[in-house]
Amino acid sequence: MDFNDSQQEAEFRKEARKFLEANAEKRSIIADKPSDKGSQIAVAGAPETVKGGLEAAQAALENAKVWQKKKADAGFAAILWPKEFGGYGGSPIQQVVYSQEEHDFLVPSGYFEIGIGMLGPTMMVWGKDEDKKRYLPKMITGEEIWCQLFSEPSAGSDLAGIKMKAEKDGDEWVLNGQKVWTSGAHFADFGMIVARSDQSALKHKGLTYFYLDMKTPGIEVRPIKQISGTSNFNEVFFNDVRIPDSQRLGEEGEGWKVALTTLMNERLAVGDPPGLDFDQIFEATKELEVEDGLAIKNSEVRQKMADWYVQSRGLQYTKYRSITALSKGQTPGPELSISKLVTASKMQDVSAYALELMDSSGMVHHDQNPVLKNLFQNGYFFSAAMRIAGGTDEVLRNIIAERVLGLPQDERTDKKVPFNELPSGKN
Amino acid sequence: MNFDFSDDQKLLRDQARKFLHDKCDRKSVRTVLDDNNQLFDKELWSQISEMGWTGTAIPEEYGGLGLGMLELCVIAEELGRSLAPTPFSSSIYLFAEFIKSYGTEEQKKKYLPLIASGEKVGTFALSETNGTPKPTNIKTDFLSGKINGYKSPVCDGEAADFIIVAANSDKRAVHNSLSLYLVETTTDGVTRKSLETIDPTRPACSIKFNNVTAELIGEEGMAWEMIENIFNRAAVLYSFEQVGGAQVSLDEAKKYSMERFAFGRQIGSFQALKHKMADMYVKIELARSNAYYGAWALSTNSNELPVAAAGARVSASDAFNYAAKENIQIHGGVGFTWEYDCHLFYRRSKILSLNIGSTRQWKENLISNLEKRNIV
Repeated sequence: MDFNDSQQEAEFRKEARKFLEANAEKRSIIADKPSDKGSQIAVAGAPETVKGGLEAAQAALENAKVWQKKKADAGFAAILWPKEFGGYGGSPIQQVVYSQEEHDFLVPSGYFEIGIGMLGPTMMVWGKDEDKKRYLPKMITGEEIWCQLFSEPSAGSDLAGIKMKAEKDGDEWVLNGQKVWTSGAHFADFGMIVARSDQSALKHKGLTYFYLDMKTPGIEVRPIKQISGTSNFNEVFFNDVRIPDSQRLGEEGEGWKVALTTLMNERLAVGDPPGLDFDQIFEATKELEVEDGLAIKNSEVRQKMADWYVQSRGLQYTKYRSITALSKGQTPGPELSISKLVTASKMQDVSAYALELMDSSGMVHHDQNPVLKNLFQNGYFFSAAMRIAGGTDEVLRNIIAERVLGLPQDERTDKKVPFNELPSGKN
Repeated sequence: MNFDFSDDQKLLRDQARKFLHDKCDRKSVRTVLDDNNQLFDKELWSQISEMGWTGTAIPEEYGGLGLGMLELCVIAEELGRSLAPTPFSSSIYLFAEFIKSYGTEEQKKKYLPLIASGEKVGTFALSETNGTPKPTNIKTDFLSGKINGYKSPVCDGEAADFIIVAANSDKRAVHNSLSLYLVETTTDGVTRKSLETIDPTRPACSIKFNNVTAELIGEEGMAWEMIENIFNRAAVLYSFEQVGGAQVSLDEAKKYSMERFAFGRQIGSFQALKHKMADMYVKIELARSNAYYGAWALSTNSNELPVAAAGARVSASDAFNYAAKENIQIHGGVGFTWEYDCHLFYRRSKILSLNIGSTRQWKENLISNLEKRNIV
């Protein structure tokens, strides 16, 4: 057992490091205790739509595009993509190595990941050659940003419950309905969308998949204000939005299959997203006083800290096991499926407990809060979202139970009935 | 990065699993459980000794196989899976490690070959009263070459031929008098009394020492440091046993939930049960990864060992305790019968998490070692 790079990995790491050092600012562990970044941690991390105003958001976007161009020119923007589309033609372990190195630097994130990670690969499988040539290179360089229009008010965990109507009219399709939880819709140039083209077909059979220009008339984007007060997601309304049939990916009625390609390409979660974790609360317990002295000297506090430590490091070492498999050119086992399930609840527990330790000052949520600024107050709100975004705790447990452990699927009442005959409640 | 066992070590694991599957079935575990006179499965013990498992990490010059601690971790996991009723942990993780680390050349030559061959069994005696053992509540004395005192519970004490005893030397007036002494149980003045444990497949006894001849192990007055070090080493090995037991608890819960029907369907299709088993899986994977890190620290003599060992121990105790109790829950009524095997794991999970210190104690160790590391 060792934690060393192979020779190739070491060379690649050096190359990545050299690029980052020349082009990005190093993350300072202390200054970057993510007091003001707490709302963009990890999975749900689309940049905010409102806070700081439109001008600030626009400047951040431009800044991100400049960075992305540099990264693309150096070859690191799409390490897994084939060279013909501007990628690096690299391996998953190289992607991991680059992410580990980039983690040490302050670079923009949350703009390009969905396109490069999920939508681009979907186009590679289902798109026409001219589409690939036209769109993929600009996806890498950040000149064009893409968003994913999947979830709807009545299609969240049960994604195939999509109601967005797609009606054919000659060579065109007319879209009507609403999408929700769309990260980046407010700055995206293009989107990929799943819509229902046949109401009377079975639930998974009546869907069709398209891409579209977000400036097409009839699309309206509205930010959603979350409990944290920030807005990282949007609602997107479609009102007689007309798109040509040439923007269809896959056959009519095969949209679910195409959507699965997108979902299979979820980012390799082996990076280390900045987050609120054991290390932050460990620091806080050395500053905070409870009834019998410093919190870290209190036995109840120590017992809880130990639990979070083993969860936190257990996840880190689980990643090491997956990286080991990648490094040997193997497919990692299912062990990393536990990652978000553990991380989100841990963040919520850690945040809530840190507020307890602050006692009444824990109620203060502004930049002057002396303990690590607002880290734990932000985490308290953000973690509630994190337990839902990207698969709820409950869906993740189902996935572990069914796909990893091989337990039987729940009995389904929606598989053999035409979509328009399914009970659907208010929504 | 190579954070995994080698192909050779995996081969050893497969062989050990197959062997224990054949030779240590539940019937043999229950034989020890049901028969108060059987301290351990002697036939199994002689077979695993013959294969060299007992000498895995003992150097060849002292009669062992001279393999590393990683190989011992692999075997520990398999022993945990099979619930092997043997004194392996007491004799190998504790006694042999004390002698390996702190014995004189003469002591190593005398004792290690007997332990490696499985011919003799060793153990360690620390606790004297209810609650957490610490230097201030060890009353056993070593005066003028003789031990006097009382130890309880001593795991595998009745099976043991040799016992390392923590006792205070006659320098009690000075600080740090706590020292380690080796006692041969055939010596005059050793009186052992069986104790009923929560897992009779892992027995314990109390021992009275009345003017018992003993020899010093390691440096006088240094017992606590030695105990901490050997407990750290043992904690990694125990954590592999616990991960093994936890995994089988999950496997058996899963199997039963797919065979048992209620309300017209497999009970394993109900989310209430699926989520429970998903939680078992999560805890087991975290524990396995923490145990791997412990194994790495152990095998490389890293100064990370105190933190890594405590992390492995805390995580593995949590995983096995949870998996064993929820395995009973998933089995429903039959889960708490003597006939079904759930209780074997329930017993084992708790006894493993108490031996060499409770989970609460290890959590405390973990945080205090993190504090020390931070200062360094």
